[in-house]
Amino acid sequence: MKKLINKPEDVVREELEGIAYAHSDLVKVHFDPNFIVRADAPVQGKVAVISGGGSGHEPMHGGFVGMGMLDAACPGAVFTSPTPDQMLEATKAVNGGAGVLHIVKNYTGDIMNFEMAADLARAEGIEVEAVVIDDDVAVKDSLYTAGRRGVGTTVLAEKLCGAAAEQRRSLKEVADVCRKAKELGRSMGMALTSCTVPHVGKPTFDLPEDQMEIGIGIHGEPGRTRLPLKSADEIVEMLMEPIVSDLPYKAGDEVLLFVNGMGGTPLIELYIVYRKAYEIATKHGLKVVRNLIGSYITSLEMAGTSITLLKMDDDFLKLWDAPVKTPGLRWGV
Amino acid sequence: MPVSRDDVLAWITAIASVLAENKNYLTELDAAIGDADHGANMDRGFKAVMNKMPEIRDKDIGTIFKTVGMTLLSTVGGAGGPLYGTLFLQAGMKTAGKMEMTAQDWAEALEAALNGVVMRGKAEPGDKTMVDALTPALSVYKQAIAEGQPLHIALQRSAEAARQGMESTIPLVARKGRASYLGERSAGHQDPGATSSYLILNAAAQTWKNSA
Ligand SMILES: Nc1ncnc2c1ncn2[C@@H]1O[C@H](COP(=O)(O)OP(=O)(O)O)[C@@H](O)[C@H]1O
Ligand SMILES: [Mg+2]
Repeated sequence: MKKLINKPEDVVREELEGIAYAHSDLVKVHFDPNFIVRADAPVQGKVAVISGGGSGHEPMHGGFVGMGMLDAACPGAVFTSPTPDQMLEATKAVNGGAGVLHIVKNYTGDIMNFEMAADLARAEGIEVEAVVIDDDVAVKDSLYTAGRRGVGTTVLAEKLCGAAAEQRRSLKEVADVCRKAKELGRSMGMALTSCTVPHVGKPTFDLPEDQMEIGIGIHGEPGRTRLPLKSADEIVEMLMEPIVSDLPYKAGDEVLLFVNGMGGTPLIELYIVYRKAYEIATKHGLKVVRNLIGSYITSLEMAGTSITLLKMDDDFLKLWDAPVKTPGLRWGV
Repeated sequence: MPVSRDDVLAWITAIASVLAENKNYLTELDAAIGDADHGANMDRGFKAVMNKMPEIRDKDIGTIFKTVGMTLLSTVGGAGGPLYGTLFLQAGMKTAGKMEMTAQDWAEALEAALNGVVMRGKAEPGDKTMVDALTPALSVYKQAIAEGQPLHIALQRSAEAARQGMESTIPLVARKGRASYLGERSAGHQDPGATSSYLILNAAAQTWKNSA
């Protein structure tokens, strides 16, 4: 394993220390329990938006803390959901009296830890709503399973909810924005390489040079199927077709097209992916009205990509274009 | 002899060392069908529990179990944290104030613990989770004491049932937890959580050898 780290057990703490030095104008970092809050928290009278999850997905979530997006982020160990005490303390630290929204990705551990935190916060008199994002079309939904994973739509939902909260919408209204994003967003991802969790020291799975994993999540886990490597255009087709054919898209819809890098894929390749994804969307009669291209929800150094489509309307367009000022996403300011 | 408070402390210590020994093994199992963190998570949790030892050494069994549960809850994370946290918290409620446990007390504690895990994770036997090890461990234990077996024999049978339950997860297609995202590909691998549950219950059988 070659990594720019000191000791595996210090990775998350030292990353957080770096963030604290780098972005003291935007965020404050708390240790034990670990969480990041925007520098001016709590903002009185504003709904606070919180997310969290394992580390290793940077810039998500810590990089999205700041004006117009998240009020707090709770980083767990690498690929391990954070613990209830982190979310509870973060919830208390950002509560400005208008309630707190928890944006949770659909993973068993994340759900259980966030549920326990929400129960504890409610017991302390804080109004909490939680919305679970489950947008990964690679996983078949079923009553009997854990359901679809939460992936790319999470980033978009955090932006939209943050903007809605800045407009001083109520907790229910901000949660409605999140539920709508969850309904209207779909994603799918693939990996060219595995990745190495620092304390494990070797790649999570072996992936030969001429093979790829289709239908991956964001934890370096193997995907739904392993296939011979194909060209970029063919791969994008394999990702886009299941997304577009999974409701709710129909010809004439306006969409946001988000091409995400998994951490080890350069922007030059992401634009090649975007090119084909844009053409497929257009072929299906979808109008790409906004986009996001870059590595925003990653799996350490994994090479690969995920594609997310989000159906847009006037409200979503306004919320998307609203100013945002975070370490990882910044415009309009 | 019933299980004393010191026996309980010895069990907790034995869990910490067996999980440390099996850290890489559990992580490898999790790498195959999950995200390669179960061993590290459990080891981190029980190391934190060991740091709490000085303050629980003179407490009742209920307080010891509750402290273990709270510590796991705040240090393990993932699915394992809330599930094992709940398991020990529920066992702690059943044993509140007790300085020793009879064979029947352990049956009730284990039952409450399993119910807690099921309530939190909503998994059923056959979903390829720790429930597949815990469920037969409880029923075999209860059956053994109903037959009048001494506690240490019941525990041995219970650990053996947990081992079989753990192995029974190999052919299963996961329906709960991260492994479920793999669909059919999860078959052919042993579930990491069922494995840690077996190790934990086996540690009890090993530690409480002289209990009746
Ligand atoms: N809903 C559930 N009910 C019971 N046990 C579960 C459930 N989901 C996952 N598990 C157990 O948790 C184990 C994984 O734990 P761990 O790796 O610590 O968490 P994570 O999956 O969040 O990385 C699985 O092997 C399984 O036994
Ligand atoms: Mg895991």
